[in-house]
Amino acid sequence: MNEMPNIEQATAMTESKISADKVQVYYGDNHAIKDVDIEIQPRSVTAFIGPSGCGKSTFLRTINRMNDTIEFCRVEGSIRIDGEDIYDPKVDPVQLRAKVGMVFQKPNPFPKSIYDNIAYGPRIHGLARNKSELDDIVSSSLQKAGLWDEVKDRLDEPGTGMSGGQQQRLCIARAIAVSPEVILMDEPCSALDPIATAKVEELIDELRENYTIVIVTHSMQQAARVSQRTAFFHLGVLVEEGPTDNIFTNPKDKRTQDYITGRFG
Amino acid sequence: MTDSTLTPEANDTSAKAPAPSRSLYALDDLTKKRNAAEKRFQAYGIAAILIGLLFLVVLAYSIISKGIPAFTRTVVQVEFTITQEQFDAAEKELFKTKAYERFFIGALQGQFEESGLNVPFDAKAIERIVGKTGGTIREYFRANPDKLGEPVAFELAASSRVDGYMNGRVTRETMTDSRFLQASDLDIVDALVETEVIKTVFNWNFITGADSGVDNPGGAGIGASVIGSFFMMLVVLFLSLPIGVAASIYLEEFAPQNRFTDLIEVNISNLAAVPSIVFGILGLAVFIQFMHLPQSAPLVGGLVLTLMTLPTIIISTRASLKAVPPSIRDAALGVGASKMQATFHHVLPLAMPGILTGTIIGLAQALGETAPLLLIGMVGFVARGYPDGFIAGFTEPNSAMPAQIYTWAARADFAFYEKAWGGIIVLLVFLLSMNILAIILRRRFERRW
Repeated sequence: MNEMPNIEQATAMTESKISADKVQVYYGDNHAIKDVDIEIQPRSVTAFIGPSGCGKSTFLRTINRMNDTIEFCRVEGSIRIDGEDIYDPKVDPVQLRAKVGMVFQKPNPFPKSIYDNIAYGPRIHGLARNKSELDDIVSSSLQKAGLWDEVKDRLDEPGTGMSGGQQQRLCIARAIAVSPEVILMDEPCSALDPIATAKVEELIDELRENYTIVIVTHSMQQAARVSQRTAFFHLGVLVEEGPTDNIFTNPKDKRTQDYITGRFG
Repeated sequence: MTDSTLTPEANDTSAKAPAPSRSLYALDDLTKKRNAAEKRFQAYGIAAILIGLLFLVVLAYSIISKGIPAFTRTVVQVEFTITQEQFDAAEKELFKTKAYERFFIGALQGQFEESGLNVPFDAKAIERIVGKTGGTIREYFRANPDKLGEPVAFELAASSRVDGYMNGRVTRETMTDSRFLQASDLDIVDALVETEVIKTVFNWNFITGADSGVDNPGGAGIGASVIGSFFMMLVVLFLSLPIGVAASIYLEEFAPQNRFTDLIEVNISNLAAVPSIVFGILGLAVFIQFMHLPQSAPLVGGLVLTLMTLPTIIISTRASLKAVPPSIRDAALGVGASKMQATFHHVLPLAMPGILTGTIIGLAQALGETAPLLLIGMVGFVARGYPDGFIAGFTEPNSAMPAQIYTWAARADFAFYEKAWGGIIVLLVFLLSMNILAIILRRRFERRW
């Protein structure tokens, strides 16, 4: 935690990975996200916090266009990744999702073997030319997710037979396997016990070196532990965004202060 | 508070521990009531199951006891020789078949004398027992002239009354003399049974043969209509499964939710409830009168049954697609699978057991359906035999099992009634083997996950 200011300086200098500009999201007539502007730094962890229903998950899902699957959901404004507008008509959402991976709230491994869970993404994207390349991707993904030692002898067992924490790390490994640049995590630890949570948090911290991570969390302690920057959402509005330390120690907005001190939420 | 409610006995038994104000050993009224309700409900459930089982047993017993005689038949076995001269002489006669009948009766008489029996009989009586035999014999020798001069064993089907007498349907007490059978004939039959001329054998013809005319219940078989049903099921399976599954996948996974798709959804549910005879008349109008497809053909029957089966398959497929957790779709989309890849790689395989179950139910319904077949000419049709070849199986006129059963049940001769029950046994066996096959397939799909 002592080296935090250094990282902040480093990230502040580089150009942002994701920049959102006046993003509005509507569910039918319901204006769920209002005027969100945010810059997300590369190779860092950004946490979205806020009370339930504040729109943090909705906003997260706009970053890889998962909201496209919800029929009456409409997005306005622009979200740029590396300067490219992801809502441009030229953009294929499937290609986008290979670049922006996602880990969900509940571990959702495919009901297939551990190996097939990891290999599915590389297979459909044609990332491996042959079996041995695919084997390499599977083992390196599992290694990066810190799961290799636990599962290397039972790759052909079903992924659904593992413990919850292992399943979530399997899902992270699955997301890594398609070599994304951004990983979105929607409350990845909410279904896990404290020990599994600690392991996943450790993993997130390691992944920061190579990936831009955006994590939605209900736990303020978790946001404080894993993130470099934190954004506080309330009622569909981005109230405050800044270095995590500042948000927790010296919030500028009254609402942020009330939330982190537990007065509501 | 607790002390005040203590009873003296409780004080004695538990000197130190304070007695509970509400003992767990004594059931209160509400608990007793609840337990009684639960017991009552279980009793209702068991009673319901027992009643169901009882009906099943009664049904199975009556089907089997009434249907079994259809699987046996009574034959008259006589061996005799016709020489070339006899054949030529017979061919010159005016009533040729009569001449052959004389050979038969002569041979029978010979057999009687051999075994030392003395029962008076005349040609008329023999006719009543085995029907007019001359035609069959003549046909045989005309087709196989090389058999002339050799002893040939003829196995001729006994008349349906004799058949009934053999399996207990016709008794001396219940029968009345008629031109079909007289009481005196039964003496002859008894004598023939004793000499083993009349025997009861397994009726392969019933399983492999085709329908016969109304006057020959002994020769009726269900084989041809089994083939007809089989070809119809092929049509139904290969049309309704892909169409139904494709329609449900589109509606469930891809189609936008709007008024139009809502309308389609409502109509599919409505179609499932349309009486099958409506599909029959639709098939008659569209497939036969408009498209001029062959009448009475399993192809048309299959098409009509496909229309009937589609809603069942679509509804069950949609239900099983819906039952696949959305998290699986999210997971696939999250790693960059397209909607179609997510559907075909993950959702569809998980829904497969449910889809197969729906398909089995749909096919079973279609297999037993009779009403639409009435209208496209598959009922009352006397199948002449097996179709020649695979394509002909679809296009040549044929019947289907339920239609055949209906036809038999409607015929006057009581022996056909027996055939109808026998046909139901074959239908149920067909259905059962179809379901077992489907269950095996479903197991295989389930095991992959």
